[in-house]
Amino acid sequence: MNARIQKLRHESMLAKPCISIERALLTTAFYKENAGKHSVPVLRALNFKYLCEYKTIVIGADELIVGERGPQPKAVPTFPELTCHSAEDLRILNARPMTRYGIAEADIRTYAQEVIPYWQGRSLRDRIFSHVPPEWNQAYESGLFTEFMEQRAPGHTALDGTIYRKGMLDFKREIAERRSTLDYLNDSRAADRAEQLKAMEIACDAAIVFAERHAELAERLASATTDERRRTELARIAAACRRVPAHAPRDLWEALQMYWFVHLGTITELNGWDAMTPGHLDQHLQSFYEKGLADGTLTRDQAKELIACFWIKVNNHPAPPKVGVTAEESGTYNDFTNVNLGGLTRSGDSGVSEVSYIILEVADELHLLQPQASVHISGKTPDRFLKAACRVIRKGYGYPAVFNSDETVMEMLRVGKSIEDAREGGCSGCVETGAFGKEAYILTGYLNVPKLLELALNNGVDPLTGKQAGPQTGDAAAFTTFEQLYAAFEQQLDRIVSLKVRVNNYIERMVAAHSPAPFLSVVVSDCIARGRDYYDGGPRYNTNYIQCCGIGTVTDSLSAIRTHVFETKAFGMDRLLAALANDFKNEEALHHTLKSKTACFGNDDTRADELMQRVYRSLFAAIDGRPNTKGTVYHLNMLSTTCHVYFGKMLGATPNGRLAGTPESDGTSPSHGADRNGPTAVIHSLGKMDQVKSGGTLLNMRFLPSVLRSDQDLEKLAQLIRTYFRMNGHHIQFNVMDTDTLRRAQAEPDDYRDLLVRVAGYSDYFVDLDQHHQEEIISRTPQSTC
Amino acid sequence: MHAELTTGQVFNVMRFSTHDGPGIRTTVFLKGCPLSCWWCHNPENWKHVPSEVYIADRCIGCGICIEACPNQALARTPQGITVDSVRCAHCARCVDVCPSEARERTGWPVTVPELVSTLERDIPFYEQSGGGVTFSGGEPLCQTEFLMAMLKACGQLEIHRAVDTCGYAASDVLLQVARFTDLFLFDLKALDPVTHRANTGVDNAGILANLRQLSGSGADIIIRIPLIPGVNDDEQSLSKFGEFIAALPRRHPVNLLPYHAAAAGKYKKLGIGLRGANVTPPAAERVVEIAQHLSGFGLAVSVGG
Repeated sequence: MNARIQKLRHESMLAKPCISIERALLTTAFYKENAGKHSVPVLRALNFKYLCEYKTIVIGADELIVGERGPQPKAVPTFPELTCHSAEDLRILNARPMTRYGIAEADIRTYAQEVIPYWQGRSLRDRIFSHVPPEWNQAYESGLFTEFMEQRAPGHTALDGTIYRKGMLDFKREIAERRSTLDYLNDSRAADRAEQLKAMEIACDAAIVFAERHAELAERLASATTDERRRTELARIAAACRRVPAHAPRDLWEALQMYWFVHLGTITELNGWDAMTPGHLDQHLQSFYEKGLADGTLTRDQAKELIACFWIKVNNHPAPPKVGVTAEESGTYNDFTNVNLGGLTRSGDSGVSEVSYIILEVADELHLLQPQASVHISGKTPDRFLKAACRVIRKGYGYPAVFNSDETVMEMLRVGKSIEDAREGGCSGCVETGAFGKEAYILTGYLNVPKLLELALNNGVDPLTGKQAGPQTGDAAAFTTFEQLYAAFEQQLDRIVSLKVRVNNYIERMVAAHSPAPFLSVVVSDCIARGRDYYDGGPRYNTNYIQCCGIGTVTDSLSAIRTHVFETKAFGMDRLLAALANDFKNEEALHHTLKSKTACFGNDDTRADELMQRVYRSLFAAIDGRPNTKGTVYHLNMLSTTCHVYFGKMLGATPNGRLAGTPESDGTSPSHGADRNGPTAVIHSLGKMDQVKSGGTLLNMRFLPSVLRSDQDLEKLAQLIRTYFRMNGHHIQFNVMDTDTLRRAQAEPDDYRDLLVRVAGYSDYFVDLDQHHQEEIISRTPQSTC
Repeated sequence: MHAELTTGQVFNVMRFSTHDGPGIRTTVFLKGCPLSCWWCHNPENWKHVPSEVYIADRCIGCGICIEACPNQALARTPQGITVDSVRCAHCARCVDVCPSEARERTGWPVTVPELVSTLERDIPFYEQSGGGVTFSGGEPLCQTEFLMAMLKACGQLEIHRAVDTCGYAASDVLLQVARFTDLFLFDLKALDPVTHRANTGVDNAGILANLRQLSGSGADIIIRIPLIPGVNDDEQSLSKFGEFIAALPRRHPVNLLPYHAAAAGKYKKLGIGLRGANVTPPAAERVVEIAQHLSGFGLAVSVGG
C-alpha cells in the first residue's frame, strides 16, 4: 500500500456516514416544476439529468478515480419519490447508537418544510401501502416475510463487459436506430417504446454532462495547484472524464472511471437493492492491463494503485438508510457491491488472470467494509488461485466468499439462459445468481419458514400477536400422525407465499409504471432492443426471487416432533406445545431431550437430511414457477442475510430447543451448535440439497485460527472447498476467529474497530453489529480438528 | 470368526482429521493401550473396555437415569448422581437416556460393516485431497483382528490406510499388519530404556527392533516424536534419536509433536492426576532448534503431524 492509498484509506475509515438532503431538494424542486408535463420515463430521465447538472461535485485531494453520489464521501442522499423519511426517522438515524447517519437539525427542518409535504401521499411507498390487503399487513406484522420493494427500488444488478466496449454515444446511436424502426402500424406498444427510448437517450446525455463537469473541475484544480505532480494527475483525470462515459475507455484508468460513472449514475437515479456490481471486474480489466504493460504506459504497481483508488471509492458509499425501522433491522452500512473474481469466460475458459491476483491483493491489504470480493471456482480454475484466496480467508476478514462457477452455470441453464450468458453471470449481493448485464433478478423479500411451522402448530394463529395470520389447519394437539402436521405446514406455506406473491406482483406494476430506470436500462441488454424499461421486462432475463430463511431450524424442529411426539412418544404434542408457549420454563429435561436426542441437519445424518430435502422440495413447489408480471417466473433463493436474527425475534420457542426470540439458523447453515460431526459432515448434509434448483444458497463455516496455521492446512481447506463444489455446493464462506477474540472485541470495542467478520453474504465490522448479531456469530459452531 | 462379525472397541471417529497423515482423513481411535505415557491425551482409553463417565456440571438432576438403570446402580447423593461400580453392568442405558449429556461413554463396540459405512462417507474428501483413514488409539495393534479386518475392508474400497502405532507388539503381528497398511505413523518416545520405562511403563527394546524390521520390510513410515520437556528434549536424547533413525535400513521423515497441555481438562474430568501439570510446553524457538539438530543427521524433519 503506497502513501496515497494509505492516506485515502485512512480518510475513508475516518469519514462518518451522514445524510445529504441535496438530492431530495433537487428532485422535489424538479417534480414541482415538471410533474405532469412528460411521460413518466421521460420525467425520470429529466430528473436524473437535472441531478447530474446541478448536484454538488467534488474531487478529493490525491484521488485518481473521481465522483461522489453525495456532496462528500459517505454522504448518502435520500429518495423521497420512492419513500420519504419523516423528520422523526431522520432524528432516529442521527441519534441511534448503531449504524448512525448524522444529519444537522437545520437540514431536518428544511426537509420537513421543503420535501416531506410534497411527497406525502405521492411517494411510491405511500401509494403502495394504501392498496395492500389487511391479511398481508397481519402476516407482515407477524414477521412471516419482509418486502424488499417497499423502501428501495428493486435491484441486484451486475454488469457485463458492454460498457468497456461502448460509450454513451454508441448507446445513443443504438437507441436512435431502434427508434427509427418503431412500427406504429402493428406494434400497440410502439408509443410506450418511443417514450422509453427517448428517456434512455436523455439518460445517456445526463451521464456525459456529469463527467464533463468533473473534467472542468479537474482542469480548474489543475490550473490552481502549484504541485507539479498533482497538476499532471488532474490533467489525466480531466482527460479521462472527457473520454468516458461518452466513449469507450482506452486504458485501465479510463475503464475504472467508466465503471465508476455508470455505478454512480445508477445509484443516483434510484437506490436499488443492492447498489450495483461490476460483475467480473478482473475479466473486464484484463485486456486494458495487458495492453498497458505491453505498450509501456502501465506498471503492475500503477494498476494496483488505480484499483485501490476504485476500491476506496466504493467504501465511501454506504447504503441509503431505510425508514421507520430500528437499527436491528438495518444494521449495516454495507451496500453489497460484490466484485466477482476468477470464474469462467463466455467461451468457457478460466477467467483467472494476473488482474485477479492484483484485486485479491487490494482486497487483502485494504480490508475495507466495501466492496465485497468473492472468488468463483470452476473445475478449470487453477489451484494457485484458490490457495491465494484461502490465504486471505485465513486472515479472518470473512472474505473472499467462495462460489462454485460450475454450479452457478447449471442453475442458470436450468432456467433457460444461454450457456455463454450463464458463464458471464455470477453472484451479486450476497449469493444471488444472475446473468450479469442481461438480467433483472429481483429479490422480493425473505420468508420465515420456521414461523410457518409455528402457525401449523397453532392452527394458523400467531402466538406473538394472538391474531389469525394463516389458514386454520387444525388443532395440532389432535394430530395423530407426523403427516398431518406436515400437511398443515405445507398449507401454511402455500397460503403465505400466495399472499406475498399477490402483493409483489402489484408492487412490481407500480414500480414499472411510476419508477422506471432509464439510465440503468441503457447499460442492461436488451432494454434498448426491446424498447422497455429494466423494471418492465426490458432485460433479456427477468427473475423474481423469494429468499427462504431458517431451513436448519425448521428441519430440526420437524425432526424433533417426529422423533419424540410420534415415534418414541416421549411426550405428547400438548405437552410440547405448552413447553414452547412457556419457552421451556419448568421443562428442563424436555428441553435438553429436544436438543440432545434429535437428529439434526448438518451431521450427515440421513434421518434429518431427508427431512431437509422434503422441506426444500416443498419450498420449491410453493415458489418456483409462479408467474410474475413480466411474463417470467419466481424462483427459490436460500439466503437470509441478517434476517434470521429479525425473524428469530418474531418467533417463539421452537421444537428443536431454540429459545424464543433467538436467531434462526442462517442461510442454509445448520442450526447453531447442532452440527457436531465436523465440516465434512456439514458439507455432506448440504450436498444433499438440490442446490441447482435454487438461485443461491449460503453456508457459513467458522474455523478456529489454529486449524489453518500451516500451508498444509490451507491446502486441506482448499480441498474441502473443492469437494463441496464436486457435490454441487453453491457457496461457502468462513469466519476464522476464536471466541476469545470476539469476546475481547465486545469488551473493548475501540481496540477492535477494524475487526471484520462474516455476517451473511457480506462482512461487517464486528463492533458495529448489535448485541444480537454479535452473539449470533459467536454461537456458530467453531470447527476444529484433531 | 467371520471377519464381518468382528467387533472392535472404538472411542472416537474424527472426521476432517488433518494432522494424522496426508490429505483430509478420518481418524479412528481404538481402545486399549499397553503403554501409559503420562502426557497421553486419551488416558480413558488405556482400558480396552468402555466405561461411563459422569460430568457433574452438566447434570440437571432430573433423575431419568436412576429410573432407567436396569441394575439399580445409580443413586442421588450430595455429590450428584453416583454409580455403584459393583452393580453397574456398563450397559450404557444411562448414557442413552440422559437429556443433558451429563453421561458419556468412553467408547462403544462397532462391527466392521458399521465402521466402514462411516468411513466411506468421506471418500469424496479423501479422493480430492489425497487423504484416507488413520487408525490410532489407544494402540490399534491391541485389537489386531479387528484392525486387520478393517484394513482389508478399506483396501477393497481403495481407501488409503495409515496406522498410528507405538510399536509395542509382537513383530510378526506388526509385519502382518504392514501388508495391509499404506503408511505407518510410528511413535518414538525415548531411546534410553530407563527413561522409556519410567515414562511409558514399558521397555523399548521390542519397539526399536520392530521399527528396524518394519523399515527393512519396505513399509512407508513417518516417525513421530512427541517432544516432552525433561523427558526427551535434552541434547543427549536428541542425538540418540538422530543416530538411531539415521541408522535405520531406510530413510523416513520425522515429525516433531511438541507437548501441549490441552488434555489437562480431561484429566480433571476423569479424576486422574496429571503428572505433567507443571510442565510447560517447549518454546517455538526451542522446537526449531531441535528440528535443526535432528536435521543434522540427514533427516527430513518437520514440526507437527
